[in-house]
Amino acid sequence: MRRSLIIVLLAGVLLAIVPYLGLPAFYESVLYLIFHWVALATSWNLLSGYSGYFSFGHGAFYGIGMYTTATLTSQFDVPFLWTLPAAGLCAALFGAVLGVVSFRVKAVRGELFALLTLAATFVVATIVLNTPIDGGQGVYLSAVPMPEFGPSPSGTFYLLALAAAVATIVIALLIYHARFGIGLFAIHDDEDVAEVMGVPTFKYKVAAFALSCALAGVVGGIQAMFVSYVTTGDVFTVAMPLTVVLMSVLGGTRHWLGPAVGALVITLLLYSFTAGDCAVLGKVAMGVILVGVILFMPEGILGQALKRFGRKPQGRAAAASLPPSAINEQARLAESGAVRTAGAPLPHQAGSSSGAAGPSEIQSGGALLVARDVAKSFRGVKALKGVSLEVRRGEILGLLGPNGSGKSTFINVASGHFPATSGSIVFSGQELVGINAHRIARCGVSRTYQIPRPFAHLTVLENVALPAMFGAQLVERQQAQEDAWRWLEFTGLAARAHALPDDLNLHQRKFLEFARALAAQPQLLMLDEVLSGLTPSEIDEAVALIQRIRAQGTTILFVEHVMRAVMALCDRIVVFNQGEVLAEGRPADVMARPEVVSAYLGKPIDGGRESPNAPGVPIHA
Amino acid sequence: MNLPSSTLLAQSILAGIFTGALYGLLGLGLSLSWGLLRQINLAHFALAFLGAYLTYQFASYGGVDPMLTLLMIVPLFFMLGVAVHWVLARFKVTPFNSLLITFGLTIIIEALLQWIWTADYRRLDSSYAEHRYRVGDVFLPLPELITLGLSVAISVAIWLALKRTDLGKALRAAAEDAPIAAAFGINQRALALMLSGLNAALAGIAGVCIALSYTLAPSQIYTWIGVVFAAVMLGGLGRPMGPLIAGCIIGVSEAVTMAVASPSWAPLVSFSLLILVLLFRPGRA
Repeated sequence: MRRSLIIVLLAGVLLAIVPYLGLPAFYESVLYLIFHWVALATSWNLLSGYSGYFSFGHGAFYGIGMYTTATLTSQFDVPFLWTLPAAGLCAALFGAVLGVVSFRVKAVRGELFALLTLAATFVVATIVLNTPIDGGQGVYLSAVPMPEFGPSPSGTFYLLALAAAVATIVIALLIYHARFGIGLFAIHDDEDVAEVMGVPTFKYKVAAFALSCALAGVVGGIQAMFVSYVTTGDVFTVAMPLTVVLMSVLGGTRHWLGPAVGALVITLLLYSFTAGDCAVLGKVAMGVILVGVILFMPEGILGQALKRFGRKPQGRAAAASLPPSAINEQARLAESGAVRTAGAPLPHQAGSSSGAAGPSEIQSGGALLVARDVAKSFRGVKALKGVSLEVRRGEILGLLGPNGSGKSTFINVASGHFPATSGSIVFSGQELVGINAHRIARCGVSRTYQIPRPFAHLTVLENVALPAMFGAQLVERQQAQEDAWRWLEFTGLAARAHALPDDLNLHQRKFLEFARALAAQPQLLMLDEVLSGLTPSEIDEAVALIQRIRAQGTTILFVEHVMRAVMALCDRIVVFNQGEVLAEGRPADVMARPEVVSAYLGKPIDGGRESPNAPGVPIHA
Repeated sequence: MNLPSSTLLAQSILAGIFTGALYGLLGLGLSLSWGLLRQINLAHFALAFLGAYLTYQFASYGGVDPMLTLLMIVPLFFMLGVAVHWVLARFKVTPFNSLLITFGLTIIIEALLQWIWTADYRRLDSSYAEHRYRVGDVFLPLPELITLGLSVAISVAIWLALKRTDLGKALRAAAEDAPIAAAFGINQRALALMLSGLNAALAGIAGVCIALSYTLAPSQIYTWIGVVFAAVMLGGLGRPMGPLIAGCIIGVSEAVTMAVASPSWAPLVSFSLLILVLLFRPGRA
């Protein structure tokens, strides 16, 4: 990362010399155009590429910047350079408001968000057109004095655009490697899971949106002065955001430099065709390239190139995390199973190290989580009808019940994946009902998903490092990746650290879920059917793993149908039936109760009772 | 702001319905393709303009009656639609990428139009434009009446077909879950190809209507995108009557805004409507 930063800044400094070389002004204007599009595309990518929320409203923010500068310079005589921060601020403010409104609505994702931002563009355009900001005539800036710091007026514009481009790329690079960036990438892959793992998704999206808009606003401000005549018809178009999208997709949206590469290619292409007097052909070429890239190179030019030249998938972070020698060392350690079970020292003993736990709560046996009358309805379907239960510190509590009895719903409510309809869940003195899922994660609650939901574009290692960065401890990235290595060893996945989740088999994906949940260093770990679909020997491995986790002092809430494992692991069990607690107590006692047997197997017709301890109770689907 | 006379108001409501019918006709293919094929087909607008230019060409230079060009445009565009879908299906394109690819197609078609017919404005002079009927105080121009008639007839026909026929039910099932529908014996690929062909044919028909009432320029392709998308969203994806009804609501509110305030305020109405729909009824999409 440091190397990339130095290269970008160095390139910026070198390019800054160009206007002083006395080249024909023509070069400066071509380069101005390139910088202009590089800055726009890169700024768009901050929200849209990183987090996957494709905005088609970039024209609006760019236009707001243009009109801010145009209005301030022409009507209020503000010096041009001073209007640029104002342009950024106005655009950011509008973006933040639009973000706060639209990100509140969960369903506005993907195409709907694109459409919403496009509509916002036309609303802004109409308002600007019909108010004195434009007044229908357009705004002339030809009388506005130019600042004189460049060797010539075109040189000044060149330097301004260069500064904007370099600043935008540096910001994109810094975010890419920061906690913020990895959070945005997690949002891209699976926003709900990201939130449950502690990523403050709403805040991150609004922040990324505002930043992206601010940069577009500044670029717009420069452009307003450059074209010196601003009209709504030229500014607020569909074509502008589509061009930006095209450039970013062409270059590759998952890399900080991708949009810049795409912008460079497209601008040069269009320019060479316009210069050769065949603009129409240039357009055709642009269309063909767009279609071709999406069909044959969905990761973009840069994405494809990085893949081809042997960098890690996505080229992200992984290489920067540990020196290669250390990686080899870790992998070697991991492959020798003996070292693994002997217990490579685990990162921060979970439970005891948690900052949230007060000293009085360390002793075992006290209640860690207390649920009272928790209810959850899905449009009339009552999945939980007033559940009360208690998870004691240090125990393994099994949550049993037939399919549809509300076990997974309970985990979903307790982890904040779904909001509870009513009731209260108190964890270590903190009420969990009504607070956001990422804050629940910060309290020290983590979970696995029944159907593994890894972040598809992050490597196994990054998948595990993420919860460590956003969990109870807010570990720094470097440290988080080192910890992640240990959790991968612990779960036997170290050899696959650089694979993408899609390349794992089910068993490994389940263990990846484990590793992710553990990496958050939770006080309470909720396991949702981690054993289902595994072979008997894999189940034995998993049972041993769970015992080791508990041995470190982590409390476990365990939803499972595999009775053999339940009986082997659980200190207590709670049986759910139709959204209510049916029974609670020691496993052997509870499973012998007639009401539990009949809930599981139906009412007995004759006296012949089947042992519920039989492995694989038949109702499991 | 002053209130317009009742005649002016009636005339603008009528004008709104006529525009709305065209929004509906343009939106229909878009909505079916988005709702049933999961493809956001930006090229729909470009195809419509291609159809409009073809009509212009044949009517102005070939002396063909504009309505007769439909006989050629419908089958031709059907095949175009099949071809585009064949490519999209072959590469298993995601909805978002379909948007980008069809944007690429739009650029190509726009360039093509510009190359053949130049960027100048073109206007079809047909005998239709001279006919207008007077009912009470308001005028009913023939081209707009044709558009309205076509739009209503086609929307109702498709609505009935989707609801009543086995083919329609199979289409809806395939849209819900293609592999499962295929497992139940639905030839989902053939259906999708057919539907895509139908959508393109609809674009062609809308193009003929555009040629009848509007001046043509390649850049005009983009002016329709926003408002037609608003009609599609407002009407609900994959619902054949949706775009027509929503289109008329938008058309009338625009026309009334134009009469009461000024024409330049009109987009505010449609796009504010779209934003409100997205924020408050996103479940319909």
